[in-house]
Amino acid sequence: MLDNNQLLRFTTAGSVDDGKSTLIGRLLYDSKSIFEDQLQAIENTSKKKGHDGVDLALFTDGLKDEREQGITIDVAYRYFTTPKRKFIIADTPGHIQYTRNMVTGASTANAAIILVDARHGVIEQTKRHSFIASLLQIPHVIVCVNKMDLVDYSEEAYNKVINQFEEFSSKLLVHDIRFIPISALDGDNVVNRSKNMDWYQGAPLLHTLETMHISSDINKVDARFPVQTVLRPQNDTHRDYRGYAGRVASGIFRVGDEITVMPSGFTSIIKSIDVYEASLDEAYAPMSISMTLEDDIDISRGDMIVRSNNKPEANQDIEVMLCWLDDNPAKLRAKYSIRHTSNEQKAMIKEVIYKIDIESLGRNTEDKDLNMNDISKVKIRTTKPLMVDSYRENRTTGSIILVDDTTNETVAAGMIV
Amino acid sequence: MSKYYLNYLDELESEAIFILREVWAQFDNPVILFSGGKDSILVTHLAKKAFYPAKIPFALMHVDTGHNFPETIQFRDDVIKDLGLQLIVGSVQEAIDDGRVSEEKGKSATRNILQITTLLDAIESNKIDCAIGGGRRDEEKARAKERFFSHRDDFGQWDPKNQRPELWNIFNGRHFEGEHFRAFPISNWTEMDVWNYIKRENIAIPSLYYAHEREVVWRQESWIPNSKFLVLEDHEEVVIKKIRFRTLGDITITGGIMSDADTLEKIAAEVSGMRQTERGNRSDDKRSESAMEDRKRQGYF
Repeated sequence: MLDNNQLLRFTTAGSVDDGKSTLIGRLLYDSKSIFEDQLQAIENTSKKKGHDGVDLALFTDGLKDEREQGITIDVAYRYFTTPKRKFIIADTPGHIQYTRNMVTGASTANAAIILVDARHGVIEQTKRHSFIASLLQIPHVIVCVNKMDLVDYSEEAYNKVINQFEEFSSKLLVHDIRFIPISALDGDNVVNRSKNMDWYQGAPLLHTLETMHISSDINKVDARFPVQTVLRPQNDTHRDYRGYAGRVASGIFRVGDEITVMPSGFTSIIKSIDVYEASLDEAYAPMSISMTLEDDIDISRGDMIVRSNNKPEANQDIEVMLCWLDDNPAKLRAKYSIRHTSNEQKAMIKEVIYKIDIESLGRNTEDKDLNMNDISKVKIRTTKPLMVDSYRENRTTGSIILVDDTTNETVAAGMIV
Repeated sequence: MSKYYLNYLDELESEAIFILREVWAQFDNPVILFSGGKDSILVTHLAKKAFYPAKIPFALMHVDTGHNFPETIQFRDDVIKDLGLQLIVGSVQEAIDDGRVSEEKGKSATRNILQITTLLDAIESNKIDCAIGGGRRDEEKARAKERFFSHRDDFGQWDPKNQRPELWNIFNGRHFEGEHFRAFPISNWTEMDVWNYIKRENIAIPSLYYAHEREVVWRQESWIPNSKFLVLEDHEEVVIKKIRFRTLGDITITGGIMSDADTLEKIAAEVSGMRQTERGNRSDDKRSESAMEDRKRQGYF
């Protein structure tokens, strides 16, 4: 592998029948990421279950319960590498009752693969998956029109799906949507170009994943550095070292930059940017670094260092698109812990503005109960200001989770509007 | 602008460092589970980077089955001395002597399962609230569902169907007294990534990973090293082969492979051409389809 190869994270959502597991199996198999002993195990299971040939979908089976029920319950992560890139697949279930798992898988993804059965076209589930991709601001969406073998590889059938998709997706906020006609079962246009669809001029799926431009997926403009912890070695060689450790959330910091610490508002100049034994001139997302400043000011976990000429909002009242993750429904005006980057405060949900009807994607202003898998627009008030950007501008400083103090569970995930 | 991105190894490194710092910030008494294998050595190396120029703020914990490769113990002690860290040892032999666990019987008996009790005892008696491990999601199907911050109840058990959702880079390590977490900073690394990184950083690893002439016995489709614990069957004989180990577990169950790879370059090249998973030579995983999931539920690494 070359030294400048990038990492691309993508998510797949799908239900039992649309070929999601087969597609992943196909990607892993055709990119030679499957080992012989794994293949042997799958061959044995395929035989035991009475399948003809090797059932590629079995590669993605995980837990005992999932194997028994033949479904994906939780997010599973899979890995493969080609000479061009390393890939991480967040393989998520597609049913409505697993919306929370889809949201989880989507939260870190550069790209989403949405599968559409060429015979059935765009169905409610397609819309739901696309909506989640848009809500979570996945930069690239690839619509794979699958099972082309079952519609005689017809260009007309493919175009029909594209038209259906474009009709509703104009309302979504996805900047890069691509379409690929595939047959996951036979491998057409997955890794290798299909011999059955001469009319398709575009690239196969893998080539698309290998070459799409992802360097601009992270915000490079707004420099944000949430402080995770403070490094104070107190040994003889580094007696006075005081480094602010963290991961650059977005933007670029350079030695000599004038910075402001939020929320205190103190200003200083970046003295050094350190990565282990090396000192760098600049740092950018998503680098983990340690930063030292010219002035001795009080900074601790939860503070955010930003460039003085470009600050986030310090806000106690935020509007959030909230996905409820927990069995226990949300309690209005009850106290939760809110986590935003390395900062933690108390918060309450003041008001539910509307709930998304996940079937029709319409707004429901009547039923405002927040149960597991519900997605709503809410108003949240925090005890102290959070330093926020809108999620659309910044996936790291625009996201929050809520923690229930009585159970310690992560109960909600939110995207700041 | 185009140069402002990280390559995949730098991104994995940055992610792991972020997790390690997050563990330090969210827990009172974390340890690194150190087996002397490449993955725990890698985690320790990343911890060194995460807190430099300060010292690694964690003790190392070793669950000692008593069935070690001697080289592993020597290596462990050298690391402790070099980094100036505290070592906590949980001894399976002591647990057997105290009658808390009993040895498995039969030909394929191992101390693998017995480690669970010792690990959980050591976590409880040392009041550990987070044990950092070198587990990777590519290793095994049950591990593919593992979180970076993985909750364990007050019996040390993992409930794979009831895991906390993990979104973005926000990790929730909140827990009640008696519960603990496992943290897996290298979740997203594959075996190949580990070797490429070890090669790039030139990280010291036990000589067992390098090909060398060793005394071995052919058993269950792999080369098992000769040791004082090995009881030969009638048809078995000890032979000398050029062998290296792809993973290190107990000396009684870790199979080696025939190899000429005696440098990190050659190992990385060899691994990239491998057609078997690395755990394929571990008899602990061959017991059943859900062997790993079952052990993990009980509190295994």
